[in-house]
Amino acid sequence: MRVKLENLTKRWGNVVGADHINLEVGDGEFVAFLGPSGCGKTTTLLMIAGIYKPTEGIIKFDGQIVNHLAPKDRNIGMVFQSYALYPHMTVFQNISYPLKLKKVPKEEMQKHAQRVADMMGIGHLMDRKPAQLSGGQQQRVALGRALVKEPDLLLFDEPLSNLDARLRLTMRSEIKRLQMELGITSIYVTHDQVEAMTMANRIAVMKDGRLQAYATPDELYDRPRTLFIAGFVGNPPMNFLEVEVVRENGDYHARREGFDVVVPADRGVKAAGQGTIIMGIRPEDITLGDEGIVGEVYVVEPLGRDDLVDVRIGKADIHVLADPEKGLKVGDMVRLNFDTHKIQFFDPQTEQSLLWTD
Amino acid sequence: MAETIAGDEAVAGQGQISRWAQIRATLGAWGFMSPAAVLVTVFFFIPVIILFVISLTDLSSSNFSDPLTFIGLDNYAKLFRDRFFPKILGNTIRYVVLTLGFFNVGLALVLALLTTHINRRAGFFFRLVWLLPRITPSVVYVLMWRRIAHQPPFGILNQLLAPFGVAPRYWLVKQPWLFVILVNGFVGASFGMIIFTSAIEAIPRDYIIAAKVDGASTWQIIRDITLPMIKWPLLFVTTYQTLSLLTSFQYILLLTEGGPGLYTTEVWALTAYKRALKTYFGHNQWGYGAAWGFILVIIGIALSVIYLRVFRFNELVQEPKIDVL
Ligand SMILES: Nc1ncnc2c1ncn2[C@@H]1O[C@H](COP(=O)(O)OP(=O)(O)O)[C@@H](O)[C@H]1O
Ligand SMILES: [Mg+2]
Repeated sequence: MRVKLENLTKRWGNVVGADHINLEVGDGEFVAFLGPSGCGKTTTLLMIAGIYKPTEGIIKFDGQIVNHLAPKDRNIGMVFQSYALYPHMTVFQNISYPLKLKKVPKEEMQKHAQRVADMMGIGHLMDRKPAQLSGGQQQRVALGRALVKEPDLLLFDEPLSNLDARLRLTMRSEIKRLQMELGITSIYVTHDQVEAMTMANRIAVMKDGRLQAYATPDELYDRPRTLFIAGFVGNPPMNFLEVEVVRENGDYHARREGFDVVVPADRGVKAAGQGTIIMGIRPEDITLGDEGIVGEVYVVEPLGRDDLVDVRIGKADIHVLADPEKGLKVGDMVRLNFDTHKIQFFDPQTEQSLLWTD
Repeated sequence: MAETIAGDEAVAGQGQISRWAQIRATLGAWGFMSPAAVLVTVFFFIPVIILFVISLTDLSSSNFSDPLTFIGLDNYAKLFRDRFFPKILGNTIRYVVLTLGFFNVGLALVLALLTTHINRRAGFFFRLVWLLPRITPSVVYVLMWRRIAHQPPFGILNQLLAPFGVAPRYWLVKQPWLFVILVNGFVGASFGMIIFTSAIEAIPRDYIIAAKVDGASTWQIIRDITLPMIKWPLLFVTTYQTLSLLTSFQYILLLTEGGPGLYTTEVWALTAYKRALKTYFGHNQWGYGAAWGFILVIIGIALSVIYLRVFRFNELVQEPKIDVL
């Protein structure tokens, strides 16, 4: 099923939950709503589910306006961060509840619920109450309950946030695999950009109720349109430096005190002559070498596979990923090489990209 | 060899530590329970024992300066042989069941559900109005009802119903039970209403949202989610109000004094009160009244136990069975 939001807005008095959201989700697509806490992800999701009435705007399923439809008439499955399993019902009763409401005959209900439970690997727990299950098992029951009525649309509201890190990884790939196998259109709310990047076909980045960007993970990563997206997507986050870009002898130089790199002409030309602007570069796009900008190691954070090294250049701090074999220590002098083809430029006032805004 | 000895010592040491821990845990448990235990002992067990002892005597206002005479279970025999015993028992059951069912639990639940399903502020105001009878002095409150149900040509009800062609009558005398239950119920409902309201409002919103998405209507949500989730407050209010209705009689005393006529609205607690403390000829039969009172206590305890069984309290404290996936 296709979902389309047109100018979707929710306000409570002065509080803005969602502000003129426009986006389209293709049939069978997996879309993530990504943004910090309080940015309006849940609000938007609950409007799609029919729980909140939009203050303004239109929601369309397969081209049909559904604003007036009650949640039960939207054929949606939903999974919550809190699981929201009915504590007084057994696993079987939880999973079969949507079928019971549809008045599905008892035998068929039993068979269907058992099949879904087996698919989720919880078929042997049918008689348990939710309080007698682990977090991972509860999340599977919740997923089973959402899937049992064969919904046209699956909504996830931070479903993995309450799980421990290892289980989160397992469930992440399991949900993704399930979604691909069943081909159900899905909207997945998360504040975890790794989840969004790894699971979604497209990501809707939100901030303060507004849609900041709606693009594929690769595009968000390589061509961030705003400073916010650049800083929010990617881990460890992108470095930002105030620089001035000038043209000298046909080359474009990004400069600040103790810092001077030559940037490719196609990027430099868009940033030159604008006064002080913000340059962005990801830690993984900087390497340590024998040549390059000189800096002093200020902090070393071991991340396991890499060390995250904080290097001081003049008054600026730059994070760099370094091989732990190098054994860098605080106070060491290092030289940094920048992969200038990955450099981003932003306008400090509008916070828009100077490279990717048309 | 040396290793084994060291190992044995360690085990012995551990045994001591765990015994200590056990003793401390036991002491801790008693420590936490002691305030409640003291209260229950002083205000329940001791009075009940005194009550029982008095019920075995013929203590009354005519012989209270003499030494106590124990007369065994004579007071109880007299009680069960009383010509009006079946009437009083029936009245008590009727009073408790109807007031509890229609008002203290029934109306309370309806009010709580209604006021939590409308606009928040309107709901709050509505509940406040329902609290008014409870903060009105009993005498004033009952006087108001007596005005409402007064005899012709008076009576607010008569005035209100006249335009509809209802013949005026002395409502309180014609329908004493209706008013006994209304008077108690209008006050009683507010207690359950407050408890149920806070219980309903404490249900996490995710459950309600999940149920709506699952396809439940408002009524189905109330039946399948809300009511099961406020089971414990329901048990509490039902038990508490049963006991409090069993022992309360002040509104009946003020409204009908157990009348009109002989024992028409007289309930058990009112009988106990009248026998023990208030008789027309100044003859207070403390021993006999105590027998009525003691049986009431036994009925109360029996009912509490039955309630706990019926609501399957054990299930609320079931052990978790978690094995990690
Ligand atoms: N029922 C509500 N009444 C008033 N304000 C709300 C309500 N629900 C959410 N909000 C506000 O709307 C904004 C977005 O909230 P939400 O959608 O829950 O954010 P997110 O899910 O992205 O963390 C927040 O500022 C929040 O306080
Ligand atoms: Mg949220």
